[in-house]
Amino acid sequence: MLVSYRWLGEYVDLTGVTAEQLADRITKSGIEVERVEALERGMKGVVIGHVLECEPHPNADKLRKCLVDLGEGEPVQIICGAPNVAKGQKVAVAKVGARLPGNFKIKRAKLRGEESNGMICSLQELGVETKVVPKEYAEGIFVFPSDAPVGADALEWLGLHDEVLELALTPNRADCLSMLGVAYEVAAILGRDVKLPETAVNENEESVHDYISVRVEAPEDNPLYAGRIVKNVQIGPSPLWMQARLMAAGIRPHNNVVDITNYILLEYGQPLHAFDYDRLGSKEIVVRRAKAGEMIVTLDDVERKLTEDHLVITNGREPVALAGVMGGANSEVQDDTKTVFIEAAYFTSPVIRQAVKDHGLRSEASTRFEKGIDPARTKEALERAAALMAEYAGGEVVSGIVEANTWKEEPVVVTVALERINGVLGTAMTKEEVAGILSNLQFSFTEDNGTFTIHVPSRRRDITIEEDIIEEVARLYGYDHLPATLPVAEAKPGELTPYQAKRRRVRRYFEGAGLFQAITYSLTSPDKATRFALETTEPVRLALPMSEERSVLRQSLVPHLLEAASYNRARQVENVALYEIGSVYLSKGENVQPAEKERLAGVITGLWHAHLWQGEKKAADFYVAKGVLDGLFALLGLSDRISYRPAKRADLHLGRTAEIVLDGKEIGFVGQLHPAVQKEYDLKETYVFELAFAELLNTEGETIRYESIPRFPSVVRDIALVVDDNVEAGALKQAIAEAGNPLLKDVALFDVYKGDRLPAGKKSLAFSLRYYDPERTLTDEEVTAVHERVLAAVEEQFGAVLRG
Amino acid sequence: MKERLHELEREALEKIEQAGDLKALNDVRVAYLGKKGPITEVLRGMGALPSEERPKIGALANEVREAIQKALEAKQTKLEEEEVERKLAAEAIDVTLPGRPVKLGNPHPLTRVIEEIEDLFIGMGYTVAEGPEVETDYYNFEALNLPKGHPARDMQDSFYITEEILLRTHTSPMQARTMEKHRGRGPVKIICPGKVYRRDTDDATHSHQFTQIEGLVVDRNIRMSDLKGTLREFARKLFGEGRDIRFRPSFFPFTEPSVEVDVSCFRCEGHGCSVCKGTGWIEILGAGMVHPNVLEMAGFDSKTYTGFAFGMGPERIAMLKYGIDDIRHFYQNDLRFLQQFLRV
Repeated sequence: MLVSYRWLGEYVDLTGVTAEQLADRITKSGIEVERVEALERGMKGVVIGHVLECEPHPNADKLRKCLVDLGEGEPVQIICGAPNVAKGQKVAVAKVGARLPGNFKIKRAKLRGEESNGMICSLQELGVETKVVPKEYAEGIFVFPSDAPVGADALEWLGLHDEVLELALTPNRADCLSMLGVAYEVAAILGRDVKLPETAVNENEESVHDYISVRVEAPEDNPLYAGRIVKNVQIGPSPLWMQARLMAAGIRPHNNVVDITNYILLEYGQPLHAFDYDRLGSKEIVVRRAKAGEMIVTLDDVERKLTEDHLVITNGREPVALAGVMGGANSEVQDDTKTVFIEAAYFTSPVIRQAVKDHGLRSEASTRFEKGIDPARTKEALERAAALMAEYAGGEVVSGIVEANTWKEEPVVVTVALERINGVLGTAMTKEEVAGILSNLQFSFTEDNGTFTIHVPSRRRDITIEEDIIEEVARLYGYDHLPATLPVAEAKPGELTPYQAKRRRVRRYFEGAGLFQAITYSLTSPDKATRFALETTEPVRLALPMSEERSVLRQSLVPHLLEAASYNRARQVENVALYEIGSVYLSKGENVQPAEKERLAGVITGLWHAHLWQGEKKAADFYVAKGVLDGLFALLGLSDRISYRPAKRADLHLGRTAEIVLDGKEIGFVGQLHPAVQKEYDLKETYVFELAFAELLNTEGETIRYESIPRFPSVVRDIALVVDDNVEAGALKQAIAEAGNPLLKDVALFDVYKGDRLPAGKKSLAFSLRYYDPERTLTDEEVTAVHERVLAAVEEQFGAVLRG
Repeated sequence: MKERLHELEREALEKIEQAGDLKALNDVRVAYLGKKGPITEVLRGMGALPSEERPKIGALANEVREAIQKALEAKQTKLEEEEVERKLAAEAIDVTLPGRPVKLGNPHPLTRVIEEIEDLFIGMGYTVAEGPEVETDYYNFEALNLPKGHPARDMQDSFYITEEILLRTHTSPMQARTMEKHRGRGPVKIICPGKVYRRDTDDATHSHQFTQIEGLVVDRNIRMSDLKGTLREFARKLFGEGRDIRFRPSFFPFTEPSVEVDVSCFRCEGHGCSVCKGTGWIEILGAGMVHPNVLEMAGFDSKTYTGFAFGMGPERIAMLKYGIDDIRHFYQNDLRFLQQFLRV
């Protein structure tokens, strides 16, 4: 809402309060003033001039040589390029020495050899936005009414010695979508009175009922419809002061009748519509829901197809307006309009919102209906409009109002105790202070023993309950005066849940292990949604996605991590190690919330470790990724319950992928990207993993239990076993451990050899075996006995023989 | 004989002094103290002396031998030390060459901010509540006093999945969910961090996905002044002692009264700078007293219980704290960005 400071001053005495100060006060008490704009923009020296002569420039086709009377001294010669300049006009002239916006100084000049002593200005040159400049002057200079006094300050006549406050209104303060609403607010802040506009109408002898009747068939959409007839109007420009106010408020002037409806809209927040009575085509107004497929051509010359969701004003046969949104072209006020039917109605919000949504049409009127107007002011606004049309359009107001009225004002009465106000706010206000604030708000109230009974005026539809009153009191009392205390409550320690605490440990582990935490988008494209996922369902799809790229919810974190790796590689960051903990979304059927499961995923590509000058360089490989995960499982106390099995998964390397199994259940995977996918993402050798993180964290791991530190020496024996190539090291190791139980405490693989020194199809796996008895020192014989048993077992199970 | 011994001592000490390495020193040892050395020789010739002279010469010979022995040892130690030093000097390295890097990752800046805020409120007795990102219309809007058709729903264009299911537009649904779990009995003291989604086109200041942290306290006798005190405490811990806060009236459907909360600028101490756009204040939070409708819908008696709620954006806080200029950085995962958040 744009509020002219000078216009506002007509309703509230602003003496002693500058626009800037006012803005600050308004902001502090509840409505944010986004900016204060001085319309002068540093201008000076612009006067109204009279074009005495206007003839073609001798040396330029597009210029005119004008002789202009500036009301002082001799008339001066000014060269003007505007196409509409003409003899006899009153125009705005920036004199020599004047300043225009942007600190543009006017100097005496020669244009194509002709002297020019100033500049005849367009409104744009005076800082007015093109979109509000009256259409006839949009391409040229502005022409004042012929009675404008020559030599007078043009800026004053154009209302430019003014400041405009731009209010950012929250949805609850629709009451301030009008000058009067703002006036009440400002009056409450300043503790001053509101002066209401004059609405007395002089009526003629005729009766409005002879002209028109009104019937509302959809009263729930339109509880109140009122109208008046004004005859013998003369369409022409509205008074300059009115045009100036409209422009300052961001509305383009059209003609006196339309301008008056817009002026009332700004003044009262009540949208009006003026029909050309003679073009209505009937003597009745019927308000009803549109029929499906019914058509209307609106004022913007667009033909619109209507549905039963839309409300229309009809002449009994066909729509003449899309109610509350835009009038119809068929009944538009035109230059030859003689009789005007003014509509002042209260349309309810839902039906207007639907029309705005369906037709993409938002207007000053529809915005107000959507946010809710004050029906108690509807007829007052109509009276004021009729009075102004009589005054400024030469009209004759026909006696009486036509109306269809089912609206019943339901008085809102709120009671609130002083104790409650102070209890909620933590203040120590007195009865008198609260009473003072309520009076300033111009709320009528009674007070009994500290309890206030308040009759809320209909303009403040946002106030219905005790808390609303408390808020009004608080904001006008001033939040700066609110003390700062802390809640008085039993002291209970705050803490993370075990899950949250574990998750943090896991984060720190991954970061300590050298991975950076990524956060990627949850929304993705359908082709990425289920890719790599541990578990898939039909993707959860947005009803109205903004793009296909962000249209469904992900079921794996891997695709976006790959995008991140690719993004980095494209920017010369080739070594990437990222992890992410985040949710995936698995559908549980339509119209129910999907299952959200927390996953842990990672991507590793490029060099894992580089310390080049000492010759160290380790590229990421499967075992790097696996090692990171092994550490995680150790951290969670799950190492002994985890196993890796070779696996084939889509988009992964078929020989370098493992599924990860916890207690016999698959909980994730780790593997190399399939070369084709690497190429797709423009990545080199890349490893990814994803784990069912929530399941993992919710599995109780081994807890810490101290074991005594060995007191006796252990015996270490190394063996190299030759086995077939396809024997898995993991299985062999497990067989050794089982055969050596309980004296064999540790089995560690330390070498893998394949090559010339072994027969084809064979490999050698070397293990270090540590035997130990916590009770005593083992003898060589005892160790040998167990060791032999181990060798026998692996020979039997795997055909493993000791390497010679 | 006496002279001979003194002469031998002088001679030996001189040769020890001159010995340049351990071998030469050993030669001196063998030459003077060996079984065939001159001192032994002297002692052997002692038989020719008168018996009263013998003990004196014997004692003298021992003194000389000990003096030589001592000098030998001292020289040996010195030579050995010199040898070690030479060896170490030969092993010298360039200490300015780079060390072997320890591989370190670090948390995402948003996680840093969120965990910091979590810890701060945990210290004040709050617990951390988490909930679904895909919400029902009821919890996202209706339970928060935003019935269907409410004008404020315009304020946050949402990603709907069906008419009743949507991506949550704020973390506030957790307020309603947590209160319901308490079955009308306080105290409730939670903060709820999480991802939220709005139909915004991604640009430098908008992101269709972002994070929020919401706080809620419900109990008997919770006052708006408690909100002010709590948030002042929060601002001081997060942005430094000496910070102040101010409330500006505002509107949220789920709180009444509602305020926006500014923190005095931590960059310029309130004098006005580019961070606070010259105002001395930075808008950080939205807050207010829990709307009675919200309390009632979640099963609390709004006559006996009151509460406050507040919400903030970790992106905004991280941008302010670290001077980040584009919200998209948080979701691009550019390592050149992420790596900057290592320090504690």
